[in-house]
Amino acid sequence: MAELNYGLSELAQEIRGMVREFAETRVKPVRAELDEEGRFPAEILRELGKMDLMGLYIPAEYGGTFEGDSLPNIIAVEELSRICIGVSVSYAANGLGADPILIGGSEAQKKKYLPPLASGEKWAAYALTEPNAGSDAGSIRTTAVKKGDKYVLNGTKQWITNGGEADIYTVFAVTDKARGARGVSAFIVEKGTPGFSFGKKENKLGIRASATRELIFEDCEVPAENLIGREGTGFIWAMKTFDVSRPGIAAQAVGLAQGALDEAVAYAKVREQFGRPIIANQGLSWMLADMATKVETARALTYAVVKTIDAGSKDYSKFSAMCKMYASDAAMQVATDAVQVFGGYGYMKEYPVEKMMRDAKILQIYEGTNQIQRDIIGLALNKEYAAAARK
Amino acid sequence: MALNIDLEVCTGCGACVAVCPFCALTQRASDGKVEVNEACTACGACVEVCPVGALSLAAAPAAPAAAAPGEFRGLWVVAEQRGGRLQEVAFELLGKGRELADQLGVSLGAVLLGHGVGDCVAPLFEHGADRVYVVDHPALETYTSEPYAEAMSELIRRHKPEIVLAGATSIGRGFIARVAIQVNAGLTADCTELAVEPESRQLLQTRPAFGGNIMATILCPNHRPQMATVRPKVFARPAPEAGRTGERMDETVELKAPVVRVLETVNAMQNEVNVAGAEFIVTGGRGVGGAENFKLLADLADALGGAAVGASRAAVDAGWISSFHQVGQTGKTVRPKIYIACGVSGQIQHLVGMSSSDTIIAINKDPDAPIFDVADIGIVGDLFEVVPELIKALRQ
Amino acid sequence: MHIVVCVKQVPNTTQVRIHPETNTLVRDGVESVMNPFDENALEMALQLKEKHPGTKVTALTMGPAQAAAVLKEAVGRGADEVMLLCDKAFAGSDTWATSYALSRAIGTLEPKPDLVLFGKQAIDGDTAQVGPGVADWLGLPCITYAFGIEIAGGQAVVQRAFEDGYERMEVALPCALTVLKEANVPRMASLRGKMAAKKLEIAPVTAEQIGADPARIGLTASPTRVVKIFSPPPKTGGVKWQGEEPAAMARRLVEALRERQVI
Repeated sequence: MAELNYGLSELAQEIRGMVREFAETRVKPVRAELDEEGRFPAEILRELGKMDLMGLYIPAEYGGTFEGDSLPNIIAVEELSRICIGVSVSYAANGLGADPILIGGSEAQKKKYLPPLASGEKWAAYALTEPNAGSDAGSIRTTAVKKGDKYVLNGTKQWITNGGEADIYTVFAVTDKARGARGVSAFIVEKGTPGFSFGKKENKLGIRASATRELIFEDCEVPAENLIGREGTGFIWAMKTFDVSRPGIAAQAVGLAQGALDEAVAYAKVREQFGRPIIANQGLSWMLADMATKVETARALTYAVVKTIDAGSKDYSKFSAMCKMYASDAAMQVATDAVQVFGGYGYMKEYPVEKMMRDAKILQIYEGTNQIQRDIIGLALNKEYAAAARK
Repeated sequence: MALNIDLEVCTGCGACVAVCPFCALTQRASDGKVEVNEACTACGACVEVCPVGALSLAAAPAAPAAAAPGEFRGLWVVAEQRGGRLQEVAFELLGKGRELADQLGVSLGAVLLGHGVGDCVAPLFEHGADRVYVVDHPALETYTSEPYAEAMSELIRRHKPEIVLAGATSIGRGFIARVAIQVNAGLTADCTELAVEPESRQLLQTRPAFGGNIMATILCPNHRPQMATVRPKVFARPAPEAGRTGERMDETVELKAPVVRVLETVNAMQNEVNVAGAEFIVTGGRGVGGAENFKLLADLADALGGAAVGASRAAVDAGWISSFHQVGQTGKTVRPKIYIACGVSGQIQHLVGMSSSDTIIAINKDPDAPIFDVADIGIVGDLFEVVPELIKALRQ
Repeated sequence: MHIVVCVKQVPNTTQVRIHPETNTLVRDGVESVMNPFDENALEMALQLKEKHPGTKVTALTMGPAQAAAVLKEAVGRGADEVMLLCDKAFAGSDTWATSYALSRAIGTLEPKPDLVLFGKQAIDGDTAQVGPGVADWLGLPCITYAFGIEIAGGQAVVQRAFEDGYERMEVALPCALTVLKEANVPRMASLRGKMAAKKLEIAPVTAEQIGADPARIGLTASPTRVVKIFSPPPKTGGVKWQGEEPAAMARRLVEALRERQVI
């Protein structure tokens, strides 16, 4: 099949091949079951670890294979997503959990926590959201009070991906309420720490293979050396993390949309009504054309953003928000259209597209709702053009 | 290399490349003309398709054998026994063996290896053996391949049969391959047809290869004995002649104690009818869709009066049923009176295992499924609708 | 411990078709793969390597130059060393000559192997003879149809399958096994493995280098000869019913079977 030339490195192409084959042979046969049962894909993650695919974003000095090119990691997420984003979010959430450590962690913290994540021996999760603080992340209430050489954490985190399965959690808590967003700090908390427990597993519309749990901190004592950076820097790490993690969500969206498109075209070619395959109907083939164009646009934008970040750009928040917003909206549309192409069969669980449609919705919500993404883009435009207007 | 390529005549059309089962032919990048590599077995498939006659097989000199073929006489069948019970395949081979021995004008021998298996001798005579060679030794009590191979090889060295046939069972396939090395003999596996040329005394061995996609006929020009294994159910069991008897030869062979120790034997199919010998088989394929649905096939098996349940590789790989039920190239070969294939597409690898069934019935939603090419009666329909109706009709 | 795994490059015979008109084999577009049962044998070796640190796994194949691809695949999955037996002198070898050649090759490996593994059968030749044959040349016991193994104190406990059940057997190392699909699920190549495989230069090993007796290899040394290859004749005479109610077709079938006196 023809492909656009994105100038992918040999490694990126190798990763695409490896993960695609893995997803086809290991994930596809079980995705319906994982979805039906809401079962965490532990075996799949373990196998990815054995294949050296859990550390694509971690530099070699900490056991990974990252050498400045983020596309292999993005493409791995994309290829897993083509088959199931419940699995790919379980995979990608490790990177999300590790990012604050990568971005703001001390050498000692990196040396301690990154290698087991790179080998896949341990999993990570990112804990910011609370019942009262979603889009308004600044109003989190989990507190961290310094007590000698420890911090005592109290509070609850909600809807944490990999919650309960991960070993390493980056948790955001208020160390100085008076300073607002500047009073938030980031901590590394390990599973099993006394006072750290989990709530029930959420029963979700989609990404049902992903384990989503509440984190409960009750006088949970965390060593002071687990503070990332200095007190009050938490939000800096959070925002920087989102800037690099949004393309990951976009990659999920691109993968899901591609998977939905593949299913829809294949079906349209074999399903016959009125004596011919339905793809022979212009109305339907125009639908597929629009879907395919959306997928490629989402992909092109996402890869461009990733390359820009890799090139060391300082100012990419706007673009990062764009690719997340565009790709996730595209995925929702493409998945819904795919169900439409399948007609009645698309509504049945026997066929894979209804799951894709259910799964796609979350892409427009998590990692910053698409409304927040539009806020970010709007604000950025305002700033950019303000500077221009002054000239 | 035995294959001659006339490069002057070769036009680079590539017809030969497409039919070579062994990937031995490649086309030169420069001019498209053909080259042959080590994988060539000189089977001649390419020679036939070349439109310009550029290919030919040189008569490769046949390897000199250890002993002159003329010294070897007689046709033997390995009388496989397990736990003192003769296996069906032993009788089936005696039937075919009788036919071939008569054509060659030689006696038919059966080789019985075991310990305390005297009861097995009489049935072998009754099913056609002129002689039964018995090796009774403690080392042969439970099958392990090394002592069985040693005993067999020793008998072959002593008596020099020209042909040895054995069942292609998990036992036969294990030790006969070692015997072929030990006595420097040619061995052909899984034969579906056997014939002899009385003048040359050659055994023509025909067998499927490439997953059953092609048939190959094989000769063993100079080496003796000519050895072949045959799958159970390929040949029919002959009718016994009650009271027929023959010559019993008790052979003493020195055997080392087995180096492999059997710790435990488990019969996993105690509560199920074994596909291997069943007269009626109901097989489920990918169309069955799940482990629970095999219950429906079990009900049909019941309605047929106790049929066995078989499975295609797809169903076994999906984990719906254990591999003991698998029929096909890498599973069991069966030859029941009735074979009902439900939701089986009919890949050649499956057909190899059941195509000699007396009556083949196929039930499949897909009218183009290859299974319909071999079915005596094909029903295009949903097995979940047809099978319950079939059960009802049988029970009336 | 040193484990040798014999692997073979085969065409994926599940993809091979018979041309509907000429009734001949069509090999176009059929990819060459590692024989599926050999994948299980290799996986068994790799799992043993994980259980017993310090184990070396060597992958060995005999074939034309392109067979190096399966050795690279083996390294990608975790094999430590490889050997490619490649020499025109081996051309046309049947299972007798092949098992001789492989045994000579194994004889040159250091340290002496503790375990030699084979897949149950190759899906092109389908003989299942090479494994026991090599074992015999090497004077090793061979357990066929193995689907489980545990090693302790120089002894192997092996589970092997019969047509209707299985046995557990014990044998002292060194020994040989032929391995079933039921043994395991073969792993996929790892990223680091693939990179190591890419860099690997595999030099063909010749008949002379392994001290093979020229009278025992190749077409002329092979006791068996393929004299004809043909496609199985298509079966004729069947009937196909469609478009009727399931109940009606079921009744017709039962009637037909009763008529044929089958039931």
